[in-house]
Amino acid sequence: MDHFLEQASTYAGSIDWLFWLITAIVGFWFIIAEIVFFGFIIKYRRKEGQKAGYVTGTKKSEKKWITIPHILIICCDVVLVVGAIKVWNQVKLDLPEADQTVRVISRQWAWIFEHPGPDGKLDTEDDIRTTEELHLQKGVTYHYELTSKDVLHSFSIPVFRLKQDAVPGRTIKGWFQPTKTGKFDIQCTEMCGIGHGLMPARLYIHDEESHLAWMNSHKTANGELLASQ
Amino acid sequence: MDASSTASSEQHASHDHGHHEQSFASKYLFSTDHKIIGMQYLFTGLIMAIIGGYLAYVFRMQLAYPGEPVPGYGIVTPGDYNSKVTMHGTIMIFWVAMPVLIAAFGNFCIPLMIGCDDMVFPRINRLSYQIFLLSAVILVASFFVPGGAFGGAWTAYPPLSSMPEYNLTPLGAPLWLIAVALEFVAFLLGGINFITTTMNSRAKGMSMYDIPLVVWMIVIASILFMLSVGPLIAGAVLLLFDQLVGTHFYDAGAGGDPLVWQHLFWFFGHPEVYVVLLPAMGIVADVIAVFSRKKFFGYKLALYTTFATGILSFVVWAHHQFIAGIDPRMTNLFTVTTLLISIPIAELCFLYIATLYRGSIQFTVPMLWALGFIGTFLLGGVTGIYLGANGADIFFHDTYFVVAHFHYTFFPIAIIGMFAGLTYWFPKMFGRHLNPTIGKIHFWGTIIPFNLIFLPQFFLGLAGQHRRIYDYSNFPELSTESLQHLRIVATTSLIIMLIAQVPFIINFFYSMFKGRKAEKNPWNANTLEWTADSPPGHGNWPVLPEVYRGPYEYSVPDREDDYWPQDEAPAAK
Repeated sequence: MDHFLEQASTYAGSIDWLFWLITAIVGFWFIIAEIVFFGFIIKYRRKEGQKAGYVTGTKKSEKKWITIPHILIICCDVVLVVGAIKVWNQVKLDLPEADQTVRVISRQWAWIFEHPGPDGKLDTEDDIRTTEELHLQKGVTYHYELTSKDVLHSFSIPVFRLKQDAVPGRTIKGWFQPTKTGKFDIQCTEMCGIGHGLMPARLYIHDEESHLAWMNSHKTANGELLASQ
Repeated sequence: MDASSTASSEQHASHDHGHHEQSFASKYLFSTDHKIIGMQYLFTGLIMAIIGGYLAYVFRMQLAYPGEPVPGYGIVTPGDYNSKVTMHGTIMIFWVAMPVLIAAFGNFCIPLMIGCDDMVFPRINRLSYQIFLLSAVILVASFFVPGGAFGGAWTAYPPLSSMPEYNLTPLGAPLWLIAVALEFVAFLLGGINFITTTMNSRAKGMSMYDIPLVVWMIVIASILFMLSVGPLIAGAVLLLFDQLVGTHFYDAGAGGDPLVWQHLFWFFGHPEVYVVLLPAMGIVADVIAVFSRKKFFGYKLALYTTFATGILSFVVWAHHQFIAGIDPRMTNLFTVTTLLISIPIAELCFLYIATLYRGSIQFTVPMLWALGFIGTFLLGGVTGIYLGANGADIFFHDTYFVVAHFHYTFFPIAIIGMFAGLTYWFPKMFGRHLNPTIGKIHFWGTIIPFNLIFLPQFFLGLAGQHRRIYDYSNFPELSTESLQHLRIVATTSLIIMLIAQVPFIINFFYSMFKGRKAEKNPWNANTLEWTADSPPGHGNWPVLPEVYRGPYEYSVPDREDDYWPQDEAPAAK
């Protein structure tokens, strides 16, 4: 899957691993089923003077062709469930200790991001508030606090393989740790009205040096931004 | 046997004459005859399918050539785009799949296949269609009200759907909701008939295990519908109150909770998938048995599997809400139940394939559609695993992977299944044959473009393309040339597929009046509907048939014919 989309978070690889696990298992079943299906169609097409067999599917020797795949599918399902839950827990349930917290506020039709600023803490004077731009530092573990001011939105960063709906009245917590510098898309993936297609934001992942430079560039403008809230 | 059937058809003719002093209106518009009501549902559903197809054309053109005026429509604004997508989904599921698969085939086939003269509650049946027609009129009317049709996606999540200041369709949203609620009432009334008729009015000698699978599956679908729709109707009324009266059931700011709607909606919404799937699978089961001249492989197993699917479908709904903000621990439970449901569905697919084993497969038009169903539905089925596994759904949720997945399930169900049933029962419905050559052109002209529409969308989904966006040029990662090519391939294929429907429409109407006359049993099938006249008169049979065996006794050893009608008295007698 990294062929289609870069991996830029610590858990992107886990989700891609799960993708390949599922692809291997369901791909196997899909191909087997289609081969047997088309094989039967070709082999048992109508031929003059040849009558079809009388197979009820109730004899033990016939039933085994259903029972054996049935048991195998249960085994595959167990593997898939274990894999899926493992990845889910890593991404959504077991939040590692955070170095910093960012606040993500969604509204019709904009993303507002509150960054902790140089002191590393939210709700202090040096917080940096931006619209449509999220600035993160590579290698830092972040918690995010996601809220919505009006309708449902969904916070999606494809390169992180992360997606989480924002629900008015709730603050939803999660985490990510960027692993690659660069500029990437942030999407809203929940229908939120006529501006739903106009909610693109950009993710900027910096190394330590450029992240510091970005924060410094905001120092002066910061007071005005806070005042204008 | 021959003599008695001639006698019975004469008797039938005189029987028929007694009912012929009806005016056109009372015969075709206010009829309580299950066949006419089935036809009404069929034609209403087909008209709605044309509207739904047109909507798809409009928004696919916008995606392929964003911002350019669409021929036959004009400029698509973001609001228009949302309305088109929302209405396409709503119409195709509630006004095409439901009326055609359940109501049209259910009404037409159930009394004929179980050997009775009509539904047990014919007037409730008529009321069902009238309410359905009203709901369709309201839905179509909502396109023309100020503000336009509702555009908050077919799932209508509040607060977007509940507050006019958010959705900007102050009339479209309530009309959408009223139409949907009325449509549910219509299908509840219809479902009552299907269940009671099948349980109480079967022909003499027809045991539970002699009922054809298609009837069973429509009945099971009706049961699922009746059990699941209650919470949604309640939820819809609350939503309507929020929209019109100013209550706050789904308003977090006033102590409500928007997620409640999602639970009520999907508690219905997931069984609904099986409500439309099962009738299509039933049609395919019957068609496959007939045209491979085989007994259905493991009839009882198929039946139990279908029941298991139905029961499991009630405990999987939250897989639509993995990332919606529900408790993250709960999703693990729903992953287990969701992957469990793959077992009965896979088993059903195996049974269908096993039915072909040692068959004598005739590639008639209905059989092509039935085989097309299996071949494509398999892909729709397996891609569901990516979405049912919560870990992978974090990425795939609301991407085009989902769009491709559910079109690979719904298209085989609603369109391929519909054509399988329509081409199979057409001789019985109208007493004439469709042209098979045009039928085959139509089949290939539909199935190939269908795959070319939706295969690219799996890859768009893998590239991270999210749904319901009218123009991707705002997203640098999604506005690359190669992704745009994939979108154009999909749109072009859609146009080819829509054009390929023209020969079908011509064939359908031409054959209805001018086609080759059909005999009683053109396919040499076993089930009871083929023992009635084509088309069957009022009351179906002059003397109701009696049943001696199961529906799939094909190619029985030591018999000259490769079929053995259910009503043929045993030779020993």
